[in-house]
Amino acid sequence: PKCFPGAQNPAEDLEDTQEKDKSIPPERAEEAKLKAKYPNLGQKPGGSDFLMKRLQKGQKYFDSGDYNMAKAKMKNKQLPSAGPDKNLVTGDHIPTPQDLPQRKSSLVTSKLAG
Amino acid sequence: MGWKMRKQTGAGGGNDIQWCFSQVKGAVDDDVAEADIISTVEFNHSGELLATGDKGGRVVIFQQEQENKTQSHSRGEYNVYSTFQSHEPEFDYLKSLEIEEKINKIRWLPQKNAAQFLLSTNDKTIKLWKISERDKRPEGYNLKEEDGRYRDPTTVTTLRVPVFRPMDLMVEASPRRIFANAHTYHINSISINSDYETYLSADDLRINLWHLEITDRSFNIVDIKPANMEELTEVITAAEFHPNSCSTFVYSSSKGTIRLCDMRASALCDRHSKLFEEPEDPSNRSFFSEIISSISDVKFSHSGRYMMTRDYLSVKIWDLNMENRPVETYQVHEYLRSKLCSLYENDCIFDKFECCWNGSDSIVMTGSYNNFFRMFDRNSKRDITLEASRENNKPRTVLKPRKVCASGKRKKDEISVDSLDFNKKILHTAWHPKENIIAVATTNNLYIFQDKMN
Repeated sequence: PKCFPGAQNPAEDLEDTQEKDKSIPPERAEEAKLKAKYPNLGQKPGGSDFLMKRLQKGQKYFDSGDYNMAKAKMKNKQLPSAGPDKNLVTGDHIPTPQDLPQRKSSLVTSKLAG
Repeated sequence: MGWKMRKQTGAGGGNDIQWCFSQVKGAVDDDVAEADIISTVEFNHSGELLATGDKGGRVVIFQQEQENKTQSHSRGEYNVYSTFQSHEPEFDYLKSLEIEEKINKIRWLPQKNAAQFLLSTNDKTIKLWKISERDKRPEGYNLKEEDGRYRDPTTVTTLRVPVFRPMDLMVEASPRRIFANAHTYHINSISINSDYETYLSADDLRINLWHLEITDRSFNIVDIKPANMEELTEVITAAEFHPNSCSTFVYSSSKGTIRLCDMRASALCDRHSKLFEEPEDPSNRSFFSEIISSISDVKFSHSGRYMMTRDYLSVKIWDLNMENRPVETYQVHEYLRSKLCSLYENDCIFDKFECCWNGSDSIVMTGSYNNFFRMFDRNSKRDITLEASRENNKPRTVLKPRKVCASGKRKKDEISVDSLDFNKKILHTAWHPKENIIAVATTNNLYIFQDKMN
């Protein structure tokens, strides 16, 4: 379908829009695609939440109470561990000593030097 | 065979440079261990040494072979000179913070004596490493055997003076200074002052000034942390000292601005002397505008007259005398502008590309995806796209320029945007300070290219 400048385009028509009608800048078209997929996306991408996440890289949360209760609950089974998504910092993820990076006991030489 | 000059959109000062594969370092296999991911590449001031840092906290230094007079068609190769573990993973129990051992930056000190010195940093700690050669050792001790065991004193009947005898070259790296506990946030840059006595380290919100001899003190010279963290709107992304003016430095931000500061103006340089910012067309503003304007690297030209910044889609050259817009803008991969939605979803939009100048400041280089890298000749205004790939590894064969087809009919030998491999990113490149020799890092391999001689 022919698209007119200024028309509101649903996400599925955007592929056509980009090729046929240059008056909608590609960046705006991409923005519309994103908003269609994630309607609850915050208004300020560069704002506080986004930057705070960047500043908190590496943060692990540990509550000894949670840890001991989880250990007690599972006394016959394995200790709770990180699971596949190690970057999850809230909720059920309880960092355990097993999750912490192990100090390298021997030096593995870089393959660039091989 | 070979690529004829007239078919090439070549980049080169005066006569176009013809780039040829020289060497590739690293494992061939596709299964890349995290530790092997290269995180920084840097030539030293003479270009004789080339250092790499990786995610596993290791540094590998290559040394250029002495030129062989009989082999006039190629320059010396780079071979492994030294390798050592610079940083180890740590856990800050007080703050519950995991500290990666990844080497974020390496910067060489100019050579003052027989030894070489470099600074390497991870997110929290900067270390000064001394790399020295040992090519002789004392032999002929009276009380010790050659293997170090002590002799029975009763068997010693004569006295002799130990002498130095030549031995196989041994290169030793030792940490001489450890500069720790000065950064709450993650260090992104280090830069050595032209006075060769001090250096700066920058994290997301603060910049500190150190003296190379003093590890228990550093001075905070920039602090952009707001009183209320809810009001945080931008972070520091890179910082560098001016190459000649020892009181001048710049820092770039996630909002696409660069601030030039003069340390003579005040102890705390929170107020900039100059603010470099290109005005934005408000009608073009989108959700992505700020993210793609974030500057991932800033580098002064060797002359000190210009600085170059890299944002997600472009490289900009700024004249230090003009704050309101760059003097040159080069599009690295403009075809990605219509892919920003998926690049946001796969996090590629946050990739931090670096950029570099050639020795004469006439050409700039930066990386892209699909193991492509780009060069822009500032004089001829020509640009070229090349690929770092083991398929092109015949020495002295000129690299074939690459072309990405943005839309429409794809010509033969072109690659369409949708076929690009976004996992193959070239974030780190370096240019020899004097020669046309470049080091290009793919995820886990280091490529060295040279211009074709004669």
